[in-house]
Amino acid sequence: MIQRAFFIFYLACFAVFMFAPLLVMGAAAFNTSRFPTVIPWQGTTLDWFRAMWADAAMWHALWTSAIIAVAVVVVALPIGTAAALVLTSLHARARSFAYAVMVSPLLTPGVVIGIATLILWRQVGVGGGLALIVVAQVSFISCYVMLMVIARLQRFDRTQEEAALGLGASRGMVFRRVLLPFLRPALVAAGGLAVLQSIENYNTTLFVRGFETPLTVFIATKVRTGLTPAVNALALVMIAAAVIGAIIWEIRRRAR
Amino acid sequence: MRELYTRFGGGLATVFLTLVLLWVAAMIVAPNIMMLDYALRPNLPPAELGGPRDVRSLDNIMYLANEATHRAIFFKTVWASALVAAVTLVVCYPIAYWLAQNATPRQLGIALLLLIIPFFINEVLRTLAWFILLAFRGPLNAVLQWAGMIDRPIRWQGDGGVLAGMVYAYILFMLLPIYNAIESLEKAQIDAARDLGAKPWRIHWRVVIPHAKAGIATGCVFTFMLAAGSYVAPALLGSPGSRWFTEVIYNWFFEGGDWNRGAAYALVLLVLCLAVVLITLRLFRVNLADVAK
Repeated sequence: MIQRAFFIFYLACFAVFMFAPLLVMGAAAFNTSRFPTVIPWQGTTLDWFRAMWADAAMWHALWTSAIIAVAVVVVALPIGTAAALVLTSLHARARSFAYAVMVSPLLTPGVVIGIATLILWRQVGVGGGLALIVVAQVSFISCYVMLMVIARLQRFDRTQEEAALGLGASRGMVFRRVLLPFLRPALVAAGGLAVLQSIENYNTTLFVRGFETPLTVFIATKVRTGLTPAVNALALVMIAAAVIGAIIWEIRRRAR
Repeated sequence: MRELYTRFGGGLATVFLTLVLLWVAAMIVAPNIMMLDYALRPNLPPAELGGPRDVRSLDNIMYLANEATHRAIFFKTVWASALVAAVTLVVCYPIAYWLAQNATPRQLGIALLLLIIPFFINEVLRTLAWFILLAFRGPLNAVLQWAGMIDRPIRWQGDGGVLAGMVYAYILFMLLPIYNAIESLEKAQIDAARDLGAKPWRIHWRVVIPHAKAGIATGCVFTFMLAAGSYVAPALLGSPGSRWFTEVIYNWFFEGGDWNRGAAYALVLLVLCLAVVLITLRLFRVNLADVAK
């Protein structure tokens, strides 16, 4: 009994630990105080949302992040899918070596990926900027795509391909009409994850950004140079978007 | 390789191979080789590139070994990252055990959803949340003062703030692998141990933890790697006295203007992380394929 009570207390502490920071950050967006905080409460206001909405730099950062995310998805989905298909067609020994190389970006610190990309492209005269951000992010986001496609491929029944071939379909057609539709759920999920990873990335992007300011860099710079609750308002909107996205995702998943 | 061609036909197979080669060669292998090359060369003005002084050596790495401040920051980063992994493990283990063995399906569903929501929120925002919470005149100090636990505000920014922010940011990377590992443990084994008179701590030590060691190793490896390579938490939650190794690297690139030395430092960080990953996995006999799930 004592043990049980103790555990419930621990669970409560854990819940506070997980959610108190987020609640404080969200609540501070409504406080009149110039520095985001909840104590003392100087009055409730929506001004910070207006300030955020009117901030041209914020919109520019959001736009930059959106362009990067779209480009990352467009490049990483084909690469990750191709990698999964190539990997599953290799023989055991070659496969485990190739696998180790291909998942290595996940075990590499994000800053190192950014630095290595920056150094390589300097050799051919390309400096930090949108293109390099996309390249650096694709190099590790492709791994996630690959892993998700591999997981789905393991449940694929190859006889479906043979049946389609037997019925006279060309190989290209089998890929388009049999394999791709089967992979679709994994590709949609991987695309969603890629967008999330891209928008959320900071450590890698920081090194290859050049003069670009994606959303994460924008927020981090604000924290160091002049934090107002307008940033909290932005955070709250992003959290709401993430939560709504997660819920829609879950509902659609259950509906299937 | 031949299978790829017979399965998809020449055109598609070539496209796949080209994409994969582009990725592996241009985005994984070449950048790292170039970073290694940079790390071994001295920082010279453009006119001297290819000249007699442009030879490879270990000078940049030796510089780190001999520069007392940077060396101290490096070792602090290593042990602080290990501390982050250890604290995260201690925080997560009871929750993971409860979720995997005792929670009802309904509790489990709610708990996992609640745990995943913070994870959907970007690392910078999670760090910002701690920045606000730990501010000198912020809510935590106010609450502690009100409760009479402290007389005057504490300056949390520094090592303590960085530790809290990192544990918070990486909790899911620890929780999920341990949860997955404990979930596959049959309840009958725990019951058997209890019936044979084992005390709870002994059941954990002798039954649950050995069963979950692969999950624990995975969680620790990821947490360590993420902590050692993090820039945002030390930048926002740290103080001048709590510099992180990634901050030193950043300064070589964007303030010190010595990319070669920066590359050498980044190389040291990379080798450290890979060594920790590979040694831990070998020690716990975990397969790389199981980690990357």
